[in-house]
Amino acid sequence: MTRTRWISLLGRYGVVVALLLLVLFGWLRYDYFLGFFNISSVLRYNSMFALVALGMCFVIMTGGIDLSVGSTAALGSVVAALFSPQGVWIGLGAGVGAGLCVGLVNAALVTRLKIMPFIATLATMLAASGTALLLADNQSVSVSYDSGFTSIGQDNSFGFPIPAWIALAAYIAGWIILNFTSTGRGVLAVGGNEDATRMMGLPVGRIKFLVYFASGGLAGLAGVILASQFGAGQPIEGVGWELFAIAAVVVGGTLLTGGVGSVGATLAGVLLLGILFNVLNFENGKGWISLSAYWQSVIRGLFLLIVVVLQAKLAARGNAAVRDH
Amino acid sequence: MDTDILLSMTGIDKRFAGIPALSAASFTVARGEVHALIGQNGAGKSTLIKVLTGYHRRDAGEVTFDGKPFEVASPQQAQANGISTIYQEINLVPYRSLTENICLGREKRRFGLLDWASMHREAENLLQRFNIRADVRRPLMEFNTATQQMVAIARAIGFSAKLVIMDEPTSSLDEREVGVLFNVIRQLKQDGVSVVFVSHKLDELYAVCDRVTIMRDGRTIRTARMDAIEKIELVSSMLGRSIEKTEGHATAFTARDEKNIGKVLLSADNLAVGQIVQDVSFTIRSGEIAGFAGLLGAGRTETARLVFGIDRLKAGAMTYGDKTFEPRRPSDAIAAGMGFCTEDRKSEGIVPDMSVAENMMLALMPKLAKSGVIDEKAQQEIVKRFIKQLGIKCSGPDQKVRELSGGNQQKVLLGRWLAMNPRLLILDEPTRGIDVGAKGEIQSLIKSLADQGLAVLMISSELEEVIEGADRVFVLRDGISVAEFGRAAATEDALMGAMAHGNAPAVAEALV
Repeated sequence: MTRTRWISLLGRYGVVVALLLLVLFGWLRYDYFLGFFNISSVLRYNSMFALVALGMCFVIMTGGIDLSVGSTAALGSVVAALFSPQGVWIGLGAGVGAGLCVGLVNAALVTRLKIMPFIATLATMLAASGTALLLADNQSVSVSYDSGFTSIGQDNSFGFPIPAWIALAAYIAGWIILNFTSTGRGVLAVGGNEDATRMMGLPVGRIKFLVYFASGGLAGLAGVILASQFGAGQPIEGVGWELFAIAAVVVGGTLLTGGVGSVGATLAGVLLLGILFNVLNFENGKGWISLSAYWQSVIRGLFLLIVVVLQAKLAARGNAAVRDH
Repeated sequence: MDTDILLSMTGIDKRFAGIPALSAASFTVARGEVHALIGQNGAGKSTLIKVLTGYHRRDAGEVTFDGKPFEVASPQQAQANGISTIYQEINLVPYRSLTENICLGREKRRFGLLDWASMHREAENLLQRFNIRADVRRPLMEFNTATQQMVAIARAIGFSAKLVIMDEPTSSLDEREVGVLFNVIRQLKQDGVSVVFVSHKLDELYAVCDRVTIMRDGRTIRTARMDAIEKIELVSSMLGRSIEKTEGHATAFTARDEKNIGKVLLSADNLAVGQIVQDVSFTIRSGEIAGFAGLLGAGRTETARLVFGIDRLKAGAMTYGDKTFEPRRPSDAIAAGMGFCTEDRKSEGIVPDMSVAENMMLALMPKLAKSGVIDEKAQQEIVKRFIKQLGIKCSGPDQKVRELSGGNQQKVLLGRWLAMNPRLLILDEPTRGIDVGAKGEIQSLIKSLADQGLAVLMISSELEEVIEGADRVFVLRDGISVAEFGRAAATEDALMGAMAHGNAPAVAEALV
């Protein structure tokens, strides 16, 4: 039993183990890998993905999917940039608000009109992207440097980048909601067996509504950070973010069919994919090999596959052993 | 007792697409009463329950509960108003912990956040009432079905229901667990909670219920005190037969010539798997139609599944054509020359959007394919032959099966197995849901197949079908084969007696 326990634990927390191994590898191999500058830039950049992945994690736990997060972040960045002259908070609010609007549409399509999440969010993905391009007039919208808007993405607080603090706060909130509120448990119940959850008397519609709404808001927030960090609203950014987010969530052991998932493991998944990218950059910097961005994608894809397959194998062995006892 | 009515439903009508599922059904439950609700498949029990719990909206009729008119739009509302239901297919979330499955929907909070410690404690306490000690933090799917069932009941009780509806709660429990459940039911009764108990196991009804309501064809046939009604009366009311003989021929089955029947092809001894099949023995000879009769849940389909290798035997043995037969999977049974037309055509049989030809060829595909490529010509020939032979009414081999009538769909399925040239064909409810004319055709088809030497195992809930169709009838009761009748001895009374009491001699007494 103890051995099977270990196997099933390894299956569950495999992503954390992989993350630690990767960090160890980087630390041993590259001089400045754990240097302040590198850590801070990895965190700053990946905090956007972390926010998007958090929303995605909740959506996937209900058994749904949100393909619109990348476009929504792009839209959020444009809207935030447009409002940035009015001040930090207004820019921030506008960006998040734009994201919430997309989230609201997704939520309504999925819960009221009963449209399949894949289709509904595919439609809003296109619509949000188009809206971002329209608002930005097909170019990047530079933000106001006078209002202090750029401090959200570029400044540090207590030694760490502000975006990292924002992401951390969001993950702590997400963890508490998932584990210590009835809505959070409802998210997992809906994903595990929607009919049963309805029979149990839980507000299935409201739960699903909330996850899409929140996912939109988080994508909008990521967009705000994007605009602030790079000094411009980016209507064509965000392409492929949804896939990165799905990858991070899945690497974190969350089932795509819903019902099982973890906020912490999702964060580990984001960091794993982000740091892998970082490691490949360092490797390029060593000058031994030169990997184009395309090769990096291939390698990331392979790595993702290996982690997921290993986890599935380990989890299956763990489960089989548990059943036999 | 009758003066204190908890639930009263009167004149309930419910139609689905114009077809009545309930017509003027009525149902009354007293406070602190355990009330059995019984009936055959399609009698309207489930619909009645679903109307009560707000799953379906009734078309007409009145419901009063706890002295007030009762209008709910959803199971949630019913639950909030004191009616908890435990469904037959366990409606819980397998990935989540026992605690969550018991407490979801009425969580305990401290400082606005979930109080896991006290929720775990409550779950443990509730389960302890059933003598179950389990780690309530583990996911539900790691526990056996009986525990899952108890979790469902613990959940219902946790909601402090006034009425608990149990839809076949014992179907997955063993004797000891059934005993525990009965204790819980008696405890509920003492606490003044009413229980509606749906079951097909007549002994259980007598063990725990106060009254019984019998439904048939969407109507309430009879309500009686358990101690004032004989088992045989329960069975005959359910099946809609008077105990006196009915004369005449109701099916297209005609007398068979004994010389068509050969030697024993399949013999099954003391088959068992879980609770639902405990001890079933029977034999089938080639060219013989063997019938399985029994109430719902008697284990007929489950026995057929064992023969066909869908489920694995826990005990018992089979011989098939002189050799030991141990099918591990359906393909073993198919290779041995068996076919199985399932009861549930829609979900287990036909592929609605595929053509008649494709559906017919599914099982034969591996044989027809030459190194992976299907021999189109051979396929077309076989399909055309069977369309003709079985009289399938379709525009051609390429018509989608979805567009055919139930009877013709059934014939396509028959064709699928006949194309394999089987020696034994298992037919589970071959004429259910088929209109009268097509029914007759299927029945004559079965007979002529047997005349050609095919052994047929026919499961049917229609008494006339087994009586007139089968050369021998095996009666199953609560997972045990309790009686065997030859053609002459298989009368309605004899079969009903065996279904009710479990052995043939008892029938005579019951009929005196």
